Amino acid sequence: MDSSHSEELQLLRRSVAEFVDREIRPHTMEWEQQGAVPRELFSKLAALGFLGVRLSPEYGGGGQNFWFTAALVQELVRCGSIGVAVSVMAHAEFATMLIQRGGSSALQDKYVRAACAGRMIGALGVSEPDAGSDVAALRTRAVRDGDDYVIDGAKLYISNGTIADYITTAVRTGGPGHRGISIIVVPGDCRGLTRKRLRKIGTHAADTAELHFDHCRVPAANLVGAENDGFRLIMAGFEGERLVLATIACSHARLMFEEARKWGHDRTAFAQPLLGFQVWQHRLADVLTRIEAAQTLTDRAIDQYVQGNEAASLISMAKLYATEMALDTARECAQLYGGLSHMEECLMGRLYRDSLALTIGAGTSEMMRGIIARANDLTA
Amino acid sequence: MKVLVAVKRVVDYNVKVRAKADGSDVDLNNVKMAINPFCEIAVEEAVRLKEAGVATEVIAVSVGGKACQEQIRTALALGADRGIQVETESGVEPLVVAKLLKGVVDKEQPQLVILGKQSIDGDNNQTGQMLGALTGMPQGTFASEITVNGEKLKVTREIDGGLQTLSLSLPAIVTTDLRLNEPRYASLPNIMKAKKKQLDVLTPADLGVEVTRHLTQVKVQPPAERQAGIKVEDVAQLVDKLKNEAKVI
Repeated sequence: MDSSHSEELQLLRRSVAEFVDREIRPHTMEWEQQGAVPRELFSKLAALGFLGVRLSPEYGGGGQNFWFTAALVQELVRCGSIGVAVSVMAHAEFATMLIQRGGSSALQDKYVRAACAGRMIGALGVSEPDAGSDVAALRTRAVRDGDDYVIDGAKLYISNGTIADYITTAVRTGGPGHRGISIIVVPGDCRGLTRKRLRKIGTHAADTAELHFDHCRVPAANLVGAENDGFRLIMAGFEGERLVLATIACSHARLMFEEARKWGHDRTAFAQPLLGFQVWQHRLADVLTRIEAAQTLTDRAIDQYVQGNEAASLISMAKLYATEMALDTARECAQLYGGLSHMEECLMGRLYRDSLALTIGAGTSEMMRGIIARANDLTA
Repeated sequence: MKVLVAVKRVVDYNVKVRAKADGSDVDLNNVKMAINPFCEIAVEEAVRLKEAGVATEVIAVSVGGKACQEQIRTALALGADRGIQVETESGVEPLVVAKLLKGVVDKEQPQLVILGKQSIDGDNNQTGQMLGALTGMPQGTFASEITVNGEKLKVTREIDGGLQTLSLSLPAIVTTDLRLNEPRYASLPNIMKAKKKQLDVLTPADLGVEVTRHLTQVKVQPPAERQAGIKVEDVAQLVDKLKNEAKVI
């Protein structure tokens, strides 16, 4: 925990929790059915300063550290739909932090300011049909033509893809490999850009899309950072993304645990509550122990990250452990629920299927293990 | 115009409270605490008066242990300008709270004091009225609308069967009902400002008040558990059950 800001973090958590109670949870089912959160959510969050928590105060952001983002995420997740937190984070943390980290002041003035104010929604476009974990293999190409770049290619599994007003897009401007990658901000209304919402098996409230770039002409001034320096920016951004995912996983798992505990007290079988059986007492005790372990690891990774220390290995451990833990928790808690957990109307059913994407997004568990191995002299 | 708002630390309204096993009190161990909802409405109203240019300063005051500073900070994050904690043990009786608040009123000389009509823990509904009696200030309780007009305060009160409108001379006391307003969420910038705002701690002795007890809590027990209902087949069975089982007709 950030002890110097504990009071503010507690106030923030309380305020977001109230917001979730009144403005989000009552609409969660509707948004899940629509496949996206409404634009209104972004403007409401913006009015409270919740969109630009880590973004620069110069452009209307809060200028706070990652602990504040974590507090926001923890409470957002408690609405019972990971998609809501994913959509908000894809905008504020993933797409916009990258512009802040590398973009010119003109670019920041335009996009970071609009992002903080909730006037524009952002998406981060990195993954492609043939390049997921292997970012260095991406093929979407941007060719310089006078004062513009002309972009051709495709992006896949892009959060906020169809609702975004700008897409912070990873493109190839140079040769093969990670040294030929740049970041360009593509306006959502760019001619030649077509987008299609994808149907998923979970995180329904997050809009996820397939994007096609067909001769998309974008001003060269939309280049974020230097040409061919995009890979470094993406990797730096991944650290925050992975901490967001680890934080989501811990909060999501805790929600599942709390739901399971309630059910365990209420549901009777063989003339006693499920929690009358020692087997379920022990299984949920294990679940809670793992949640606390994941939270402690995640907090330690955040602490190192916030202090500006080298944290790639710890962040990868937190992302790996917390998301795998959430998946295990989902299985245990759904098992306790029995048949009901298989029903669309049951919160546990939705929490269960929302857990599935956590071990994949922002770097798979396998990629995390690779980073940990390389950082700790485990390769030969 | 200076506005004084009283805020109380209570168990969060979402929490299902339980009695302690020995029946001595409500179990507050690991229970989420919050600002009393009616007090939050009082804060919101004061902040709105300030935003409207009617109030110049909003002071949030709470009576209780150190933990109640959390609720004062919440009020500051919602827009109050400074806070005062009157340090006592928890569970102080309404009359003592009213005396302590009178001490603060004498010290601060507010033109308007806004309190929640009651707190959701004790449900006493006494403090505002007692403060009115002690200070001699006019009171408008259960307010659903207030308007300041120069030296007068128009208060719309929710009473049985309708609304009553009073005109009070300032300084005055108002207690809030649920429909007075809908409190805002604390924004991040205001949350960051809250910690820097002044929070003074006073003791009852500073205010010349002796904390006494007139009541002793004998026992706290949960309400009797309700039995599950059944579905009756027809009207005849319903009448039979009402007559012979429930014995209400």
